[in-house]
Amino acid sequence: MREAAKSPKNDHWLVRPATIRLLWRGGITVLVLTVLGDLLLVPHPYFGIDGSFAFYAWYGFLTCAAMVVGAKALGLLLNRKDTYYAEDGDDA
Amino acid sequence: MLDALPPGLILVLGAFALPLLPQTMRPALLLGLPLAAMAQIWSFETGYILNTAFLDYTLNPIKIDALGRLFATIFALMAFVGSIYAMNQKRIMELVAANVYAGSAIGVALAGDLMSVFIFWEIMAIASTVVIWSANTDKAYAASMRYVLVHLFGGVVLMAGIVWHVTETGSLEFQAMAADGPARWLILAGFLINAGAPPLSAWLPDAYPEASFSGTVFLSAFTTKTAVYVLLRGFPGEEILIVVGIYMIFYGIIYALLENDIRRILAYSIVNQVGFMVTGIGIGTEMALNGAAAHAFTHIIYKALLLMSAGSVIYMTNKRKCTDLGGLFRTMPLTMVCGIIGALAISSFPLTSGFISKSMISQAAADGNMMTVWMFLAAASAGVFLHAGIKFPWFVFFQKDSGLRPTDPPGNMRIAMVLMATLCIGLGVWPDPLYAILPYPVDYVPYTADHVLKMVQLLLFSGLAFFLLLPMMKRTLTITLDVDWFYRRVGVAMARALARIISSAMKQIEATVNTGLSSALRLVFHFNGPNSALARTALVGSMVQWVIVLLGVYLALFLISSD
Repeated sequence: MREAAKSPKNDHWLVRPATIRLLWRGGITVLVLTVLGDLLLVPHPYFGIDGSFAFYAWYGFLTCAAMVVGAKALGLLLNRKDTYYAEDGDDA
Repeated sequence: MLDALPPGLILVLGAFALPLLPQTMRPALLLGLPLAAMAQIWSFETGYILNTAFLDYTLNPIKIDALGRLFATIFALMAFVGSIYAMNQKRIMELVAANVYAGSAIGVALAGDLMSVFIFWEIMAIASTVVIWSANTDKAYAASMRYVLVHLFGGVVLMAGIVWHVTETGSLEFQAMAADGPARWLILAGFLINAGAPPLSAWLPDAYPEASFSGTVFLSAFTTKTAVYVLLRGFPGEEILIVVGIYMIFYGIIYALLENDIRRILAYSIVNQVGFMVTGIGIGTEMALNGAAAHAFTHIIYKALLLMSAGSVIYMTNKRKCTDLGGLFRTMPLTMVCGIIGALAISSFPLTSGFISKSMISQAAADGNMMTVWMFLAAASAGVFLHAGIKFPWFVFFQKDSGLRPTDPPGNMRIAMVLMATLCIGLGVWPDPLYAILPYPVDYVPYTADHVLKMVQLLLFSGLAFFLLLPMMKRTLTITLDVDWFYRRVGVAMARALARIISSAMKQIEATVNTGLSSALRLVFHFNGPNSALARTALVGSMVQWVIVLLGVYLALFLISSD
């Protein structure tokens, strides 16, 4: 089973490329639907900016992208090998 | 007397009976203690139940109100389900410590005066250290020592604040204060250290992931949430807490994004979630305080569930890094489903418990017209899905095929996970029982079409960002430096340098003393040694001759002077 798993056809259905393509398509459809949902509801903005079209979609996406990039940048500065403290005999 | 037995003491004292019982009786006690504590908590009317004299003061070890009861309830519930999960933990010391830990957390939640708070606070510090020790590895021992030093320091700060406060006000009563002087600043700082607030947040992700598979589950629940509780009671509406909370939220997200150890990801996310609660306490309206309290309640459940899921993976595979794991959905379906439910709950997905609690904090920020705070909270909600909601299940259960084929864990661990998962969904679908026991009346409807759609949009687009940026999220064998670097590296280097300076100074002093001593010895030896003038043998004749000479000189001097 473990050997057979390496061939795409025999692996679990969930990880076959065809399934993954399908998941991407389904996912994007859902994303589009949630954005279109904005058209159906009357917005109740608290401030102003959150009343803009599909605010939660673009704001969520952009802030997440910013956090990933920010984390990556911080990682350049602060990342060390995970044996960093162990080298000191500190054993972590 | 038994009527007024503090519920926390049932667990604290009962735990010590555990090692005395035969193996077969232990499960009954493990489950019985939290249930007895829970029954005791709910048997009390509100008000002061027990008062005892201490020096010139009155202590109130049991004071019942909605806030204290809410936290005591969730602590007892956690001890119960945690005990089910830990039933196959062979180290009895961990189970004893975990129950003492849970009991003292209940003790803090019901304490009506600052001295009782402090006593239970310190028992918690010791018991939790023993929980970490019980993993019985060198790493756990080292981490537990760093952990206990931070907490003992926090305890000293808190004690100093309490003593100062009592001297100023003459009252030990634990009630809402304002950070208006050094005494209250110290108390606030002592509370915040346990909440995982900056600058000492690193104790949490350093120590918690080193405990055993079951130890981490207990650790996640009590220390930070008692800190949330004491902040709720002691410093509601303290504005500095908004800043501290928002810092914690983003610290948790950024560090979790960079992390490779699955339980350390979840540990950082504890700091993140406590950040939401601390922000809510800082906002300080009834809606915000209800939100913070409710979020602490739901958080204990879903974070325990996530750590149970992670603990099951570690228990079955002995691996703890994202880089070693992946593809476990094939053979650990129940652990995966429970992990995903916990992940959705922490992300505040509609129909989960996080949705009905966290929203109240954002709502309070909006109601208070705090736009910046609200924008941060919205970004943070998306970030939670990113760093915990997707990252944890993705890297553990999907990602790649690691080749590992472990089965789901033993039955007791599965039961505990299913119980917690049920609570996550149950509270999400039917929040009324939780809303009913919050400190203030709840005037909030989480499920409106508008709110649900907004949250789904926010989370799904956060998910899109995750998968589009997946190449940037590839895990590496790294850790991320934190403030603990100062005491693990700089502090150690300074201590070693100091030791070198002192030892070389000592050597020099020793050398100087040695040279001085040996020249003094040489001098003594010169006159008194075996060959020295004073030690030489001489003939009796020459001695007599010298005596005559001396007497002659004496006579001469006498005659001269007597003139």
